[in-house]
Amino acid sequence: MSTVILLLITGLGLGALYFLIASGLSLIYGLMGVLNFAHGSFLTLGAYIGWEVARVLGADNWAVFIASVLVGAAVGAAFAAATEFFLIRKLYERHIEQVLVTVGLALASVALFDGIWGTDPIYVTGPSWLGGTTEILGASIPNNRFILILASVLVLLGIVAFLKYTRYGLIIRAGVENRSMVTALGIDVRRAFTVVFAIGGAAAGVGGVLASSYYGYVSSGIGGSLLIFAFIVTVIGGLGSLSGAAIAAALVAVLQQFANFYLGGTGDFVVVLLLAVVLLVRPSGLLGSKA
Amino acid sequence: MSSGNSTATILTVRGLSAKIAGQQVVEDVSFDVPSTGVTALLGRNGVGKTSTIKGILGLIERRGEVTFFGDGASGNAAGVRLDRQRTHRIVQRGIGYVPEDREVFSKLTVAENLRLAERDANPRRDFVAELFPDLVARPGQLAGTLSGGQQQMLSLARALINTNKLLLVDEPTKGLAPIIVGEVADALAEAAKTVPVLLVEQNLQVVRRLAAGAIVIEGGRVVHTGDANELLEDDDMTRRFLGVHAEAGGQKSADSGATTS
Repeated sequence: MSTVILLLITGLGLGALYFLIASGLSLIYGLMGVLNFAHGSFLTLGAYIGWEVARVLGADNWAVFIASVLVGAAVGAAFAAATEFFLIRKLYERHIEQVLVTVGLALASVALFDGIWGTDPIYVTGPSWLGGTTEILGASIPNNRFILILASVLVLLGIVAFLKYTRYGLIIRAGVENRSMVTALGIDVRRAFTVVFAIGGAAAGVGGVLASSYYGYVSSGIGGSLLIFAFIVTVIGGLGSLSGAAIAAALVAVLQQFANFYLGGTGDFVVVLLLAVVLLVRPSGLLGSKA
Repeated sequence: MSSGNSTATILTVRGLSAKIAGQQVVEDVSFDVPSTGVTALLGRNGVGKTSTIKGILGLIERRGEVTFFGDGASGNAAGVRLDRQRTHRIVQRGIGYVPEDREVFSKLTVAENLRLAERDANPRRDFVAELFPDLVARPGQLAGTLSGGQQQMLSLARALINTNKLLLVDEPTKGLAPIIVGEVADALAEAAKTVPVLLVEQNLQVVRRLAAGAIVIEGGRVVHTGDANELLEDDDMTRRFLGVHAEAGGQKSADSGATTS
């Protein structure tokens, strides 16, 4: 029983991490049709900058931890908005070139991070509680899982509130459904593109700081390895669907954890199998509107 | 009705061509839209009427000169070239658009659809509420769950909530029950009292009721312009240009013909 609880909560923690990347991927694809392969770099930069904040402020307390999460979010948002503005916008509607430029940015930024921070992983510490465990029904759960789950729920609620209650949110929701009709109402939908990139980058930046806490280190490849699963989550959830991404993130990560434990470390394989089944049976994803 | 030739012009289209996915859908279209009343853009299915409208708005790749004379700031003399501008800028100049197939945002509520469409500082909410009481009664309903007629009303309301200088309306009665066709025509007639309308419409009874002038497109080109009723009275032209027989175009039931009840 305690093993099941442990796998379940750890899985949800990992799913939370997937969601922090997948939410941005899904919104960006939904509104703009852009598959953003550079999204992992937003996360990695957030992780490094979060670590720098903790290093400079020099204290492993909660205030510094929260500050590093917020700075990570801000840096992720700025990096993402700049990516949209300087690279993606010029390639509007040219999807192959967009893929190429984001893949190129992903490769270049990893090399840049290696150049700045070195190729060795940097081990991070946080508030001591984060490194400890909490007993739940006999299972010792690493505390950072709770922070991950809490953060992703807050990010989900924040994005939902933004989409529901702001003018830009309204434009984004309408644009996901029918972009050209939004412009035909006299709205410059490109501004919403930048906003969506910034939101996705902020979520990824938060994810970066929390991922470094989850793994215990920062490295230049941290974003790229999570990005693969985030893409799978996005496709399973339905491209463009935020709630689909949330459900799929939890599903994929929990399944991965259970398969790793009970089926001899086959978690990644099972996830790809799930992807194949979803693509065959329901190509538009769990909550996707159309293929 | 007058032929409208002597009235001022709100929009001129010269040598417009347009492509969809590399395919030429409008060849070389030239016409004027007068600054009052309803002008019908007619032709058989697939001749390029919708593409002409979309070309004017820049929703598809286009070439040619489109000049708009409704911009008060620059005066009526020179006009403003629209053919190099992006869609949202064109619309912001005061050109309302009611697309074919309504294109309401199905996952947004009625109120959200309307709120999104508001461009003016003082949107005409009361005017819209008066024209479409059925919509005002259901602000929280998702637009995708509205009936076809209600969706068309919403699509019209989205355009009419702003003060426009020109309306481009594409097949507003397509696929609607006859009683709803009458209501849509009523709303358009009301709107046309204050704003010129370029109307693509297959229902010739609606055309007869609303339109003063008519422009006929065939094979991506304009083949006839003139008085709408004169065209519709002429069996030969109606059959040749529009591919319909006399009973659709020739009924003499006059202006109330749109409502069948």
